[in-house]
Amino acid sequence: MEATSHAAAHPPTATGLPTLKVGFWTFLGSETLFFGALISTFLVYKHGSVSGPYAHEVINIPLTSFSTFVLLMSSLCMVLALAAVQKDSRKGALLWLFMTAFLGATFLGCQAYEFTSFYHEGLTLQSNLLGSTFFVLTGFHGAHVTMGVIWLLTLWFQTWSGRIGSGDALKVEVAGLYWHFVDIAWIVIFTVVYLLE
Amino acid sequence: MATVEAHAPATAAGHRRTGIWDWITTIDHKKVGILYGVTALIFLFIGGLEAMVIRTQLMQPDMKVVSPDFYNELFTMHGLTMIFLVGMPIAVAMFNYIVPLQIGARDVAFPRLNALSYWVFLLGGLFLYSGFFIGQAPNNGWFGYSPLTSLQYSPGLNMDFYALGLQILGIASIMGGINFITTIVQLRAPGMKFMRMPLFTWMAFVTSFIMVTALPVLAVALFFLTFDRFWGTNFFQASAGGDPILWQHLFWLFGHPEVYILILPGFGVVSDVIPTFSRKPLFGYAVMVYAGALIAFIGWGVWSHHMFATGIGTIADAFFTTSTMIIAIPTGVKIFNWLATMWGGRLRFTTSMKFAVSMVAMFTIGGVSGIMHAVSPADLQQTDTYFVVAHFHYVLIGGLISAVISGLYYWYPKITGRLMSEKIGNWNFWLFFISFNVTFFPMHFIGLLGMPRRVYTYAPELGLGGWNLLATLGAYVMGVSMLLLAWNLVRSLKKGKPAGNNPWQAATLEWATSSPPPEYNFAQLPEIRGRMPLWDNPDAYDERVWKEPEGGVHMPNPSYWPILTATGIAATLILFMTHLWWAPLLGLGWTMVCVFNFAFEPAG
Repeated sequence: MEATSHAAAHPPTATGLPTLKVGFWTFLGSETLFFGALISTFLVYKHGSVSGPYAHEVINIPLTSFSTFVLLMSSLCMVLALAAVQKDSRKGALLWLFMTAFLGATFLGCQAYEFTSFYHEGLTLQSNLLGSTFFVLTGFHGAHVTMGVIWLLTLWFQTWSGRIGSGDALKVEVAGLYWHFVDIAWIVIFTVVYLLE
Repeated sequence: MATVEAHAPATAAGHRRTGIWDWITTIDHKKVGILYGVTALIFLFIGGLEAMVIRTQLMQPDMKVVSPDFYNELFTMHGLTMIFLVGMPIAVAMFNYIVPLQIGARDVAFPRLNALSYWVFLLGGLFLYSGFFIGQAPNNGWFGYSPLTSLQYSPGLNMDFYALGLQILGIASIMGGINFITTIVQLRAPGMKFMRMPLFTWMAFVTSFIMVTALPVLAVALFFLTFDRFWGTNFFQASAGGDPILWQHLFWLFGHPEVYILILPGFGVVSDVIPTFSRKPLFGYAVMVYAGALIAFIGWGVWSHHMFATGIGTIADAFFTTSTMIIAIPTGVKIFNWLATMWGGRLRFTTSMKFAVSMVAMFTIGGVSGIMHAVSPADLQQTDTYFVVAHFHYVLIGGLISAVISGLYYWYPKITGRLMSEKIGNWNFWLFFISFNVTFFPMHFIGLLGMPRRVYTYAPELGLGGWNLLATLGAYVMGVSMLLLAWNLVRSLKKGKPAGNNPWQAATLEWATSSPPPEYNFAQLPEIRGRMPLWDNPDAYDERVWKEPEGGVHMPNPSYWPILTATGIAATLILFMTHLWWAPLLGLGWTMVCVFNFAFEPAG
């Protein structure tokens, strides 16, 4: 079904897959190595700080569990948004795209709160190894979420102004790939940074 | 040929736009390839000039041609130039021009992204070089070992140029890799199965995978370095518990795959050139494909052989010794297959073929010395000496650069429509071949006799003045041979003999279309039925392949958003130099503006 609706816009490809999607999967492969290197460094340095504050003194697991849950739910909303676009439901698309972006922004709000409170407890980029690795790793993840929120709001605006219809489901699907990737990366980061002893 | 409206079919055969604006806004893979190639060749001559100054300084003991500090900048920039501004972009130049032609595509998968990669690369290269203008070019070696790169030991701007410049160049390479993988997966012509692709395209495919996976690791290492230097983080600060060896692990985790980014395209060129001039299909095609992929894969598991001297432990030493030796097996398979391809073939020793054959021989010498320092105890004797310098120049000049020159002579007629002079080419080859060996073979002895690399001079008591003089004289002659190459490239544009579509009677698709190809590459192609379409089925590839059909071919419009977006990406990183936390955000804002325009530009 999708293939026929795209036939006019995209010339046939050797695999039959949409080219944008193949390119985007490749990009996500690249991102995996990027986060892989950041997370590995965090693990290597996990017990390396020679001065405080140490992880158990600052980390607030309930708050981060909440924000993790929020991000997971945003992935669900993303799935619903794509389904709505594919079914040509403009109302549904507007609702779920907004919800995805809103939950993403909520996650960022939690992160901003967390960063500020860590800062007041003496954990900074410069304070020790934990500060350097924590802020750089979660900061890069936050930057990715920020990009995703901007992307989602752009899609929302396009849907609202009628520039995206069911024929453009691919655009929403690719944004969804990105969003789910950022979510999965967070699940690993949450486990490694907050849960592992 | 008359002026066309923006939305009308934009091209006609022979409609060649060549003004500056057309080059700036082009998204044609062939023009982007030419931009990449010309830029890389210019950097090749700059990097070669640096090598000449280095060799002049080392001609005799205790020479004072350059200061020790400037010498540090010279050898660092020579390495960075040859790897990031010559080796990678010249491979990407060939991928750009040749891969879409070899798979029967009209362009790459994302033509504007392709142009963006080039402009980001160019700005990154210019930024890296701008350090010279204020006398503070990178000076800690291309590997930038911590803790030498910390603010404490490198207080100047030198390593800021390094950290930010390489970051910009890495972004260009990742975008390029994504583009080529997608192009090869998606845009193969009907019948062009994976196992029918020419080896050059296969190696472009494998190389792109390494680029996409290795460069992000370098990006992370460079971000750590940048944050350490600009914002006082502790990643490589031993006093805070940071580990300078972590830099080496991250750097070589990128750096060894990088070696295969550099050499696999060369393997690809030679694997196309040798069958053409042997008039035989490549021996063991499938094994050649698997060997290339295997080299790339194992290439991820050998990085610590660059770090034996840091004392990584017996088990790690043993592991990395073994994995490094294992990688010699697929490489050896390739060498034997090239020889077997020539065996019994109707050999034609054109300049291209001479460079290809010498590549096989010279690369083998470099490979053998590579095996020597794969053995960790032997490496402890060889590391940081000229023996290593000899090794990697045999693989990178004897291997990569020979293959690149072979490819230049081979594909120049396709690109320009004219043949390069074989007479000048003959001089070019023999001068290059002899002087290369005169320059670098003595370095094996220089190194084993104890001369350390990266040091600006040596004492007369070392007794190496004679060998060094010989190496320097060889380097000068090599410089002359490269000038001959440049002369041949320029003069053949006008004076070269017209080439015709397929001057070498080669078998692969790029030779089916006209020379130079029309903007759309192919008007129509018959279904591809084998690996050697032009040998198997020559009658099917007539002028219908490239003659413009009625009504023209619809091609996407040129765009200025790639170059503008590139200025945004470069500015974001360059503005770190201001040390104002908000300055990079200005660059980021401009990038966002450009990205939106890029994304919403009508396809045309």
